[in-house]
Amino acid sequence: MNICISKGRVIDPANGLDKVTNIYISKGKIAAIGRKPAGFENKKQINVNGQIVIPGLVDLSARLREPGKHYKADIASETRAAAAGGVTTLCCPPDTTPIIDTPAVVELIHQRSEQSGRVKVVCLGALTRGLKGERLAEMYTLKEAGCIGVSNAMQAISDTEVMRRAMEYAVTCDLTVFIQPEDPWLGGGIMHEGAYSTRMGIPPIPETAETLAIARDLLLIEATGARAHFMRLSTTRGVEMIREARKRGLPVTADVSIHQLHFTDKDTENYNSLCHVRPPFRHHSDKEQLIAGIKDGTITAICSDHQPLDHDAKMGPFSITEPGVSALEVLLPLALKLVDDRQTSLKTVIKAMTSAPAKVLEIESGSLSVGAAADLCIFDPEKNWTVSEKTLISEGKNTPTLDWEMKGKVTHTILNGRLVYKK
Amino acid sequence: MISAEKLPENIQVNKKGHLKHFLTTEGLSRQLLAEILDTAENLAGVGERAVKKVPLLRGKTIANLFFEPSTRTRTTFELAAKRLSADVLNINIESSATKKGESLQDTLHTLEAMHCDMFVVRHANSGAAHFIASMVSPGIRVINAGDGRHAHPTQAMLDAFTIRRQKGKFSGLKIAIVGDIMHSRVARSEIHAFNTLGVKELRVIAPKTLIPAYMQAMGVKVFHNLESGLRGVDAVIMLRLQNERMQGALLPSAGEFFKMYGLTEKRLALANPEVMVLHPGPINRGVEIDSEVADGPRSVILEQVGYGIAIRMAVMSMCMGSAE
Repeated sequence: MNICISKGRVIDPANGLDKVTNIYISKGKIAAIGRKPAGFENKKQINVNGQIVIPGLVDLSARLREPGKHYKADIASETRAAAAGGVTTLCCPPDTTPIIDTPAVVELIHQRSEQSGRVKVVCLGALTRGLKGERLAEMYTLKEAGCIGVSNAMQAISDTEVMRRAMEYAVTCDLTVFIQPEDPWLGGGIMHEGAYSTRMGIPPIPETAETLAIARDLLLIEATGARAHFMRLSTTRGVEMIREARKRGLPVTADVSIHQLHFTDKDTENYNSLCHVRPPFRHHSDKEQLIAGIKDGTITAICSDHQPLDHDAKMGPFSITEPGVSALEVLLPLALKLVDDRQTSLKTVIKAMTSAPAKVLEIESGSLSVGAAADLCIFDPEKNWTVSEKTLISEGKNTPTLDWEMKGKVTHTILNGRLVYKK
Repeated sequence: MISAEKLPENIQVNKKGHLKHFLTTEGLSRQLLAEILDTAENLAGVGERAVKKVPLLRGKTIANLFFEPSTRTRTTFELAAKRLSADVLNINIESSATKKGESLQDTLHTLEAMHCDMFVVRHANSGAAHFIASMVSPGIRVINAGDGRHAHPTQAMLDAFTIRRQKGKFSGLKIAIVGDIMHSRVARSEIHAFNTLGVKELRVIAPKTLIPAYMQAMGVKVFHNLESGLRGVDAVIMLRLQNERMQGALLPSAGEFFKMYGLTEKRLALANPEVMVLHPGPINRGVEIDSEVADGPRSVILEQVGYGIAIRMAVMSMCMGSAE
C-alpha cells in the first residue's frame, strides 16, 4: 500500500536529515522523501503535523521471556509493547529457556515473532553451550539459523582459556561477540558498592566487577582479533577503558541501558526492589560519565534492556527479588528526557537508538534511506502521559518510572510500510 | 504493586511523631531515642518485683516471627511481651535464600487473619522488616529483631541504655566498635543511634576485609589497629565473630584474629580507666575477647541482657500505644 506521511519533522541521523517534509512509502519501502515520486498514488495519508518522524528504534536488548518464562511475558505481549514503544527491530539475548544454543530455538523465536508481525526480532546465539562457559556453542550452525552475533549473556565466563577460544572461534565464523562485562566473583553482590550499600547492609558489587572483566576481555580481543560489543556499561572507569581501546583502534563498541542514565544507587535507598537491576545503578558521577560517553560516541547505542517480570518477582526484601526493568515503552520518553534536561542532543539520542545499534548488529535498518524498509517511529514530542500499570502494554509492570510524568509519546509505528501501532 | 518505594520517609513514626514501627535507629530524632531510654528506665524495675507484670499490653497478641534462628533475642522479646501481659506466639520459619517474598506475604496474611497486633521480625535479608511493615494492615505494628546486615535497633538501644546508666550522658563520650563491622546489623544500628544521641567520637576497629566501603560516610573513624583505636575510649563494644568468616578470604584464622583484635586486659589498659566493655553476645572467648576481660570488672555484658528486656518492653509499649 502506498502511504504518504505528511508534514512531520523528519530526523534521520544516518542521512544527516532534519526538516519538515513528507515521506512516501511504497511496497513496504521508502520510495521518496520530500518530492512525491512520479506515478505515486496515495492510498493513505497520515498527517503528522507537529510530530517527529524517525527511523524505527533498534533495540540491542529486549527479553521476550519466550520460550520458557511465559508466566512473566511472551512474544505476543512484548512485541505489542515494542510496537507501542516505537521499536521496529529488537535483539533477543540467548538466555531463554531453553537457551539459544540450537537452531530450533532460533526458529521458534523467529516464527512466533513473525506471527505477531509487529517487530523484527533478531537473536544472539549462545557463545558456549548452555551458557555454562565450558564448551563452545555451535556458532556456525547458529549463524546459519539466523543469529547475528554470539553472547554468553549475563553468565560470565570465568575460564579465560574458554573465553579466548570462544573469541577465536567467533572470529572464524565472522560473528561479533556481545559481552556483558562482569567478573564472576566480584559480581556476586546485589547493589553498587558505595555509601548506600554500606548503610543498607546490602552485599555490594564493586566497580572492579565491571572494569576487571573489561580489562581481561580487551586484552583477549587484542590477542584474538575478535570483534566485540560491550553491553550495559555502568561505570566511569569502564567508559574510559572503552574510549581508550577505541582510540587504539580495537574493533569494540559499547551500549548502555536507558535506565542507567536516569537512576543511581541513591534511588535504591528505601529498598525499592524496582531499582534492583544488573549491572546495578551506580554513583551519580558514573551516570554523568555514561552520558558523556554517549555524547562523544564512546558508547554508541542506548538500549532498553527490557526485562519484564511477574508481580511476585519484585515482592520481597531487596536482595531476594529478581533484577530487571520493563523498559520498551519508556525507552524513547526517557531518552527525550535527557534532551529536555539538556544532557545531550536530540540527534545524538536518536542516532544511539537507530542507525548506531543497527551498525552494531550489522543489519540494514535504522535509517530512512530511499529504498530501505519503511520502518518508522512517529511521536508527539509534546504529549504528556503517566507511566502506570494500566498504560504499560508489556506484561512486565516492573519499572521504577511508575507514576512518572513522561513527555513524548509514540503515535504511530510503521513496520515494512504497515501500521503496526497507532495510539 | 506494593513496594517499599511508596512508603513515606518516616514509616516508623505517625503524624504526631510517635513511634509506630521500630525498624531502624536511623532517621529517628534524639528526642525519640531518649524517650525509648526513659521509658525503659521506668520499666526496668518490673523484673525485680515479686509480680513481674504490668498490664500495659493486656489483651494484645504479639507474634515473634523468626525466619532466622535465635535464642537470646527471641527469649528476651518473649519475656518483654509477657511482662507487659501480652499473649505471645513464637513462630520459627525455616528460611533459605531462595525463599521468595511470595511465601513471606502468605505467612503475614495468615497471621493477620489470626488478629495479631504486632510482629517481631527477624530475617536473613536486609530490608525485610521494611518490606513487612509496608505489607501489613495499618493497625499492625512491626518491630525489627534483626534484618540481614542492616539493622538490629533494639540491640543498639539496649547498648545505649547500658552506657547511659553508667555514664549518665552521651556527650563527650568516645565509643569504639570492634570486629566484623561488614556483616553486623548491630554495628550499623549503633552507629546511627550513638551519632543521634550525640557522642563525641565513634570508632570502628577491624581489618580492612571486615570494613565495608565508604564506612566514614556513616559518621565514624576507621581504625585497622586495635591499640590505636582503643586509646582514650570510654566504651568498647565487641562484636561476635562468626565462624564462617574464616571459611572464605576474609580472615585466615580465629587465632590470628585474636592476636590482632582480641580484647585483652593489656590492650584495655590503653582505654580510659573507667572504660565499659559491652558485647551483644553470645561471646566467643579467646576469639574476640579474653575471658579475663569478659568476666572482669569493666565488663557489663550480663547487665546488657537484663536491660534488653526493659528496652524491648519500652519499644513494644510505645509502638502499641501510638495512634495510627
